[in-house]
Amino acid sequence: MDVTFRIRRFNPEVPGKNKPYWQEFTVKNVEETDRVLELLHRVKWEQDGTLTLRRACAHGVCGSDAMRINGVNKLACKVLVRDVGTKIQIEPILGLPVLKDLVVDMEPFFDHYRSVMPFFVNDTPVPADGRERRQTQEDREKFDDTTKCILCAACTTSCPSFWANGHYVGPAAIVQAHRFIFDTRDEGWKERLEILGEPNGVWRCRTIFNCTPACPREIQVTKAIGEVKLAIQQRKREGIATPVGPIAVGNG
Amino acid sequence: MKTHQYEVVVVGAGGAGLMAALYASKRGAKVAVVSKLYPTRSHTGTAQGGIGAALGNLEEDSPLWHAYDTVKGGDYLADQNAAKVLAEEAIDAVIELEHMGLPFDRTDDGRISQRRFGGHTSNFGEKPVRRACHAADRTGHMILQTLYQQCIKQQVKFFDEFHTIDVLVNNGRCVGSIAVDLATGELHVFHAKATMFATGGWGRVWSVTSNAHSLTGDGAAVTFRRGIPLQDLEFFQFHPTGIYKMGILITEGVRGEGGVLINGKGERFMEKYAPKIKDLASRDVISRSIYMEIRNGNGVKGKDYVYLDVTPNTVNRYLAEAGESRRITGEDVEKKLPDILDFCRTYLGVDPVKEPMPIQPTAHYAMGGIPTNVDAEVVTDEHWTVLPGMYAAGEVACVSCHGANRLGTNSLVDLVVFGRRGGMKMAEYVKGADWGALPANPAGEIEAEIQRIRNSKGKSRPGEMRATMQRVMMEGVGVFREQKAMQESLDCVRQLKEQYANDLHIDDTGMKFNTDVLEAWELGNLLELAETTAISAINRTESRGGHSREDYNERDDENWLVHTLISRNHATPYAIDGTYNLNTEKKVDMSLAAEDERFKPKVRTY
Repeated sequence: MDVTFRIRRFNPEVPGKNKPYWQEFTVKNVEETDRVLELLHRVKWEQDGTLTLRRACAHGVCGSDAMRINGVNKLACKVLVRDVGTKIQIEPILGLPVLKDLVVDMEPFFDHYRSVMPFFVNDTPVPADGRERRQTQEDREKFDDTTKCILCAACTTSCPSFWANGHYVGPAAIVQAHRFIFDTRDEGWKERLEILGEPNGVWRCRTIFNCTPACPREIQVTKAIGEVKLAIQQRKREGIATPVGPIAVGNG
Repeated sequence: MKTHQYEVVVVGAGGAGLMAALYASKRGAKVAVVSKLYPTRSHTGTAQGGIGAALGNLEEDSPLWHAYDTVKGGDYLADQNAAKVLAEEAIDAVIELEHMGLPFDRTDDGRISQRRFGGHTSNFGEKPVRRACHAADRTGHMILQTLYQQCIKQQVKFFDEFHTIDVLVNNGRCVGSIAVDLATGELHVFHAKATMFATGGWGRVWSVTSNAHSLTGDGAAVTFRRGIPLQDLEFFQFHPTGIYKMGILITEGVRGEGGVLINGKGERFMEKYAPKIKDLASRDVISRSIYMEIRNGNGVKGKDYVYLDVTPNTVNRYLAEAGESRRITGEDVEKKLPDILDFCRTYLGVDPVKEPMPIQPTAHYAMGGIPTNVDAEVVTDEHWTVLPGMYAAGEVACVSCHGANRLGTNSLVDLVVFGRRGGMKMAEYVKGADWGALPANPAGEIEAEIQRIRNSKGKSRPGEMRATMQRVMMEGVGVFREQKAMQESLDCVRQLKEQYANDLHIDDTGMKFNTDVLEAWELGNLLELAETTAISAINRTESRGGHSREDYNERDDENWLVHTLISRNHATPYAIDGTYNLNTEKKVDMSLAAEDERFKPKVRTY
């Protein structure tokens, strides 16, 4: 079968292309199990080498190739033709400056990430036997879901609150903070809750739920944000985070 | 052109690079990390099953047994001093990762949980042992995240999306490197007292690979062009269980949990090839066994794949047969292998809890690379002569702890153990070292080469050339090899190199985010690695580990307990008409065997 792409393009260096525009490409001999990323590669490698996008692992683990595919944030390497049909519209993710074609400036996103102390803090001396700090498997499971985050920005750039206000730290940064706040070994959680209690922290979240279906790792993002809100309000972390069950949010 | 000065520059932000940066920084050095990707995109993040360390949390274990498995798994080509360091320091390194917050799965008493993995045994090969420490099936992801987080905490300076394209060697020492800033196309000189290459492997030489598109051997090719040899390139691991046609990895952890390989006739064929530990034999053995089955007409539906079956029915049947009391449920599989299930459901529409997965061997890991000693210092000859200021760690390096075939989990061990050692060594070195002088016009040659690529208006598209190279390397220099086919592949690669020099076609002539030019540049690196791999493979007239020849099907310890060093003598770094030097004088370190009979080379059975 043939697939027709309609791709949002922008090249700051070329007159006539330095304002966003649409361009169509047809790719032939496509199988329904082909990944969208493979087909974008075929456009680049066979038709137009100037098409610019990020990618690395090509199987949904590195988080490089988040883009809007038929209007929804996805990783191009995790979407198959059979999932989206033969007319495919491709745009860069929203809310971050576009540098060239599908490549956006990720710095504001990583700045937010770095602002929430996204690292383990524990200044208590390690166990005297020099071995691991103990943790029950039950406690370990409380933050399991948020350890899956690959920082692809699909959640943050699907969030209307982030579109409206780029100072909002956004869902991904909160997910990363959640992973530490509810880790029983971590001692930085109070400070982290204070950061997230600021005006551009969790309270910018209006529980719109776009982030949860946008996550290619199926993290229950909105639930995690809710748990952080609750922890800030109750000034504690015990008894708040619970292991996740199946989610019931449509993707559309 | 901008020039930066850092005492330590680490190129590559995967596990080895971040570990080195962290330790060098903690010990007081001024450190920068230069990476062509955002650090969290690095390929370490795709490692699944676990990191091996003889913690003994679930059953008795010992670093000596780990070293033995590593040496035996490497078909006795591993340098035994390096294997010893790897196994001994794995324990501390894993505990340190836990102290940095890495969320390992836990045992009932709250310690780090461990699972079985291919080739890891207790008591010198007696039976499989639980040695792989894991965080679900995303152990590498957690290592990468944890190390990046700690580097942020430590305020290490990052140059993200800076693609390193040259290394500066002047007056017999390494004085820095050159990178292009992807966003602007501008060249940056990184003047350093110590430069570490931790740039990863080159699986993209082959058509079916588990490797990211980014794994194009940049660091290896760049150092090679500057006269530094590469070691043991003929040893490239084909992992037995890649998703059919796509190459995406299915972790050995599946077999660690009890999964079995089944041929088209429904037989568990590994019983024939490795009667003792069956599906948990080392990777080279299993990949060859799969090919044998396919060749004998036992592929599934007559095609070139077999099944990996982790459905509870099958697993429990074989557990019962083996007299084990353990049983698994669908829920266990969901919990322990969530990413694997997701891959199979997404890409194949197959649910591994209910159906077997179609798999075939996939190009996975370079055992060879830039030769180093156990402190990650680059060495340039058989006398272990150190090139001052130059370091390498991780997959791009060849220390050589993996020998002719790497054991599962040992890549993550390699990253943290030798990344750490390299970081500490660099911090110590820069305290006493002065700033070496940069060569005159340091970026002249590389700038001319990049300009040549950018302005190429020939007929050969890089994508087509790359596909041709990948196909001929898969056919001729893959799991099974013989002289004629390897020579044909080599001839084809050489022709592609001609085309690359004289007939390249580039569409994008811009400066900003020009991935057309950078992909072409990466293709040049892949061609370099393909050619040198084929030459090294043709030269080694024996079969050992990942290098399996049909015309020399025996291991030859009399002549080949040596490493291969290949180097070039061309007048300029981009000339293609030169000859290569092959040196087979570097003997394998046998220091463990000198003390313990059990480490002496013997027939390798599982």
